[in-house]
Amino acid sequence: MIEAVGLTKRYGPKTAVHNLSFQVRPGTVTGFLGPNGSGKSTTMRMILGLDAPTSGHATIGGRPFRQTPNAARLVGALLDAKAVHGGRSARAHLLSLAQLSGIPARRVDEVLGVVGLQDVAQRRSGGFSLGMGQRLGIAAALLGDPQVLLFDEPVNGLDPEGILWVRNLMKQLAAEGRTVFVSSHLMSEMALTAEHLIVIGRGQLLADMPVKDFISANSADFARVRTPDGASEQREKLTAAVAEAGGQAVPEEDGALRVTGLPLPRISDLAHAADIRLWELSPHQASLEEAYMRMTQGAVDYRSTADQRSGLQAAPAGYPPQGAAPQGYAPGQPSPTLSTPFEQGAPPLPGQVPPGVAAPPPNPYAQQAPYAQQAPYAPAAPVPGGPVPPQQGHPYGGPAPYGAPHPYGQQPPMPPAAPADQPTPHTQDVR
Amino acid sequence: MAVVGQVLRSEWTKIRSVRSTVWTLGTAAVVTLVTGVLICTLVRKDFDSMPEQRQLSFDATNISFAGMGLGQLAMIVFGVLVVSNEYSTGMIRSSLAAVPQRGVFLFCKLAVATALVFVVGLVTSFATFFAGQTALGEHRAYLGDPGVLRAVIGGGLYMAMMALFSMAVATMLRSPMLSLGILMPFFFLVSSILGNVSATQKVGRYLPDQAGSRIMQVVTPVNDATPYGPWGGFTIMVGWTVAALVVGYVLLNRRDA
Repeated sequence: MIEAVGLTKRYGPKTAVHNLSFQVRPGTVTGFLGPNGSGKSTTMRMILGLDAPTSGHATIGGRPFRQTPNAARLVGALLDAKAVHGGRSARAHLLSLAQLSGIPARRVDEVLGVVGLQDVAQRRSGGFSLGMGQRLGIAAALLGDPQVLLFDEPVNGLDPEGILWVRNLMKQLAAEGRTVFVSSHLMSEMALTAEHLIVIGRGQLLADMPVKDFISANSADFARVRTPDGASEQREKLTAAVAEAGGQAVPEEDGALRVTGLPLPRISDLAHAADIRLWELSPHQASLEEAYMRMTQGAVDYRSTADQRSGLQAAPAGYPPQGAAPQGYAPGQPSPTLSTPFEQGAPPLPGQVPPGVAAPPPNPYAQQAPYAQQAPYAPAAPVPGGPVPPQQGHPYGGPAPYGAPHPYGQQPPMPPAAPADQPTPHTQDVR
Repeated sequence: MAVVGQVLRSEWTKIRSVRSTVWTLGTAAVVTLVTGVLICTLVRKDFDSMPEQRQLSFDATNISFAGMGLGQLAMIVFGVLVVSNEYSTGMIRSSLAAVPQRGVFLFCKLAVATALVFVVGLVTSFATFFAGQTALGEHRAYLGDPGVLRAVIGGGLYMAMMALFSMAVATMLRSPMLSLGILMPFFFLVSSILGNVSATQKVGRYLPDQAGSRIMQVVTPVNDATPYGPWGGFTIMVGWTVAALVVGYVLLNRRDA
């Protein structure tokens, strides 16, 4: 069990972590979530006694880490995958860490097998890819077969197979009764891995609750209602009826209505009573990613601004500075291609699927209010390359919940636990 | 203290598994030996043309260690890298997460590295002595002469202490660039300038390398006003090193890793 009590860390005038109190219990995977720079790594370093808190304290198993006897056999940590001497082979790196904790060399070969690096064990780690580095870091954390495990961003740089493997590994470790504390800035990943969530923003606790509660507490359920096209008086009638019944109906750009505050059968009854035909009545649940973004919206440290490209649009040399700029656009004004809400954030990177935008099927909801507001955040939350391909029903990697509304019944808040059923790709840890 | 044995073994693995160990220690040995032999050969040719006073105070042993001033620079690099590699790679966090007793970790690490430097330094010192004396021909000294064995073993001690001092400085400064940027010019230029300009000589002779290298002298130069002997000089060097170690340890213990 990990416990933080009033943990605070100040670097000069900047407060990295402020009065953070939480417990991480054994037997479950606890996700530690927050935007970049929110203090996740600092908190982890304080738990491990590497950084001294300005005030408050953190304990593992009831003791401050630095007073823990045989610390490496109790606690394993992956803090930074790049924290390896590039000239040292993977095996020598692990061997030095094993010897440091009095772990037999045999165990080094075991963990190399567990993380799938046995074939490159003798190679110098400087040539490792980011994913291989992560595997090496995870191997180091597993060395002592510890009861408490801390992982800081373990899936960074891993391929989909690797992400799946890490996810299963975390669950397996937790199922064995260990305490597993995993940080991430990806809600989508945590939704699939963790059972409990601790969310921080700007170093302060935003949420500490089971994932299920987090979803229901933070995702506003709504119904999409569509009246026949071209019958706007029906739509207005329904809006009035909904308002009368205590609900709220907000028109959407494509002509549908977003109704909140009323259950689906009630909406249907209202429509029936008002003699309105419905073309669509579908339940929607905001994705976890959306809930997370809404929660951390005020706590994002690094927000991209619109790229005005004014420096590039200056009049070419020889032209008068205030004159006729090419195509009649005054320098400094956004170009017409920057007018959509999403693109004001930043142009999507090639290969990166921004949530809710650029969906394979034409997506009429791409510019819904929440995304339009949160668009500037989108570049900071890269979609993890789809840990599960969209066709498997990953609701956060692609725009599925919006692009393809489930016509029948309630959508599951989380995808069926498909990954867990799949054969694990890694060698079984021999214990 | 099972931890001590664990850390010693781990540090030995770390030192063995990087190439810089072989390169730096090898360079130190080769440079010391080759420079020493070269200078001995030159001195042998010039001996007869030297003034009588210098002939009388000729220190055959010390001449063969003339390459030490260059060789020690590679030892400094080794010492700095052993410590600062932990910081520049971030490995220090893994290490301290495994051994939260930072003092144990630091001193075991330094002990392993210093012991290795001492062994390499001792071998280099003996090899340089014998090769240098051979090159000196009829002006040579013998290991059995008074003070010679002390000077030759002292060569190994000097190298070890130099490396340990560098490790302590690197513990304080953490960055390899900063540590090397201070230590290299200091021991290559500043110290010898201070020691050779008469105005600053009195201060210069208390610097770690000037004082410590006294242990490799057998014959005291004429008109030498140095107020300490070979072991006194070495003690001054040890004092510097201990002071640097204390500061390094206190900083390591207090600082965020």
